[in-house]
Amino acid sequence: MNPALRILSPGLSTTVQDLGRPGYQRLGVALGGALDPVALRAANSLAGNPGNTGVLEAAYIGPSFVVDADDARLAFAGADAAIEILDDLNATGGETIEPMRSVRVRRGQVIRVGSLKHGATLYIAVEGGFDIAPVLGSVATDSRGKMGGWQGRALIAGDVLPLSHATAMLRDEYRIDGLDLSARRCFRAVPGPQSDYFAEDEIARFFAAEYTVSAESNRMGMRLEGAPIRHRHSFNIISDAIATGSIQVPGDGQPIVLLADHQTTGGYPKIATVISADLSALGRLPIGAQVSFAPITMEEAAAERRKFAAALDEIGGKLVRISPPSVAVASRLLECNLISGVYDAAA
Amino acid sequence: MLEYKVLAAGDTALVVEFGDRIDRELSTAVLSLAQGLEAERIAGIVETVPTFRSLMVHYEPLVLPQECLVARIDEQMKKLTARQVVGHVWHLPVCYDTRFAIDLDDVARRTSLTAQQVVERHSGPTYHVYMLGFLPGQAYMGEVPAELALDRLQTPRTKIPAGSLAIAATMSCVFPLETPCGWHIIGRCPIPLWDHARATALLAPADKVTFVPVSAREYDTLVTRASEGVLRLEPVSEFAGAVA
Repeated sequence: MNPALRILSPGLSTTVQDLGRPGYQRLGVALGGALDPVALRAANSLAGNPGNTGVLEAAYIGPSFVVDADDARLAFAGADAAIEILDDLNATGGETIEPMRSVRVRRGQVIRVGSLKHGATLYIAVEGGFDIAPVLGSVATDSRGKMGGWQGRALIAGDVLPLSHATAMLRDEYRIDGLDLSARRCFRAVPGPQSDYFAEDEIARFFAAEYTVSAESNRMGMRLEGAPIRHRHSFNIISDAIATGSIQVPGDGQPIVLLADHQTTGGYPKIATVISADLSALGRLPIGAQVSFAPITMEEAAAERRKFAAALDEIGGKLVRISPPSVAVASRLLECNLISGVYDAAA
Repeated sequence: MLEYKVLAAGDTALVVEFGDRIDRELSTAVLSLAQGLEAERIAGIVETVPTFRSLMVHYEPLVLPQECLVARIDEQMKKLTARQVVGHVWHLPVCYDTRFAIDLDDVARRTSLTAQQVVERHSGPTYHVYMLGFLPGQAYMGEVPAELALDRLQTPRTKIPAGSLAIAATMSCVFPLETPCGWHIIGRCPIPLWDHARATALLAPADKVTFVPVSAREYDTLVTRASEGVLRLEPVSEFAGAVA
């Protein structure tokens, strides 16, 4: 049997994602990719994968799946969640681990990811990645374009995702230390490109306002609720292209921040654009969170991008080996039900 | 020289804006700049996205700082009128049969024309592909004759079939995939505008398109041949035009 992960429950919405599909927006193909590329890279780093390897992106409620491979190495990064590892489909309880670590799992084991806390997304990488053919250079799921990922859609129960590796490499497990994936409230943005559609004091009001992330948000856009922003004249523009992080203001004055799956073109004025260094933190923000925006100059934005790129390069340096307890001790402790199987580096 | 504004769309994209109207003169300038930048293969430009009236340039500022990119754009703008915009000319078969054209009678009523006249008017002009957007391979083609210009539906449909040929205001589109849509549907195109297997778009910005009416029977034959992979529509010729 080919090595695979078999989906028992997809959670709220679980999709295959990587860093997206740049280069084809002129054809109407969305950029797509992970909402939180930093967490995706962290998951891949823990799994020993190149940074752009396709992983599962779970939103709000995680999936459950069975390991249909001799063994496999998984890694979890992103929001907090209780991840249960059960010995088989009939087991009632098992070992529970936290994200930001790798773990080896065996054939027949069931991995059950619960509700996410303090974030909208959790990334589940598997060592070697999934055996899925890329479309236009990417395995990211494009649900609107019905392409990429697993059959161009979110996962459903019964899906069998083929793995590239039949077994896990013999190596230690790692956790990641000192990578800040916590939610933040303030995002930096460069005014424009359509700031002339708004009076100056209206732009000032936008940057002073506090918004709540609406439940209507999805991978295309984060809808915000708060004091409406008024347009100077009209709210219709002749469609132009959209950048990820663009904050468009439709007729009702409630801003929408365009996220990874945004359409390539659109017809509302854009008051500001969130800087590239803040897009990961924005993407992980859950429904109900409070947000505000702070204006930043292009020079400052460029400096932030440089810092951000350097921080991405340092993710690999934050891996810490999880020392396994000696086999004899571990099995005795497990027999006595004294440890839950969560090993700590300090142990 | 044509006036243009360079606007920041965050720290990794610029918009070169030529105006805020839809016309072929602006579109040709946008496409000329896009083709000019592409030909230069400038390190640090990730991709360009032409729209009706502006070109978005996605770039990596750590390779190509904003001021350097703006200088390259200004340089290209000086050569704008000397450059030919190139594209292909297509004869695209479409079926206006009532089996597909669910809004044809309604469009006829709203425009005080007969259904036959709507078809004649729509298939008369040579359309210019302004841009691709919204869905993979979805070309915005203009201009629909003024007599047929209608606002969008008050309430968009939640789903229309792939291949639907539709009009709204001065634009005509073939929707490559099943999608929600508020446009008036007047036919269907048997040729996929987005080839899923190859992940390629049939049409490109700057192409010229004439709609060729086919019968429902011809439509069925073309669909069958397309699904068997034996039908490959080729452009009838190349096209080159200068910026006015």
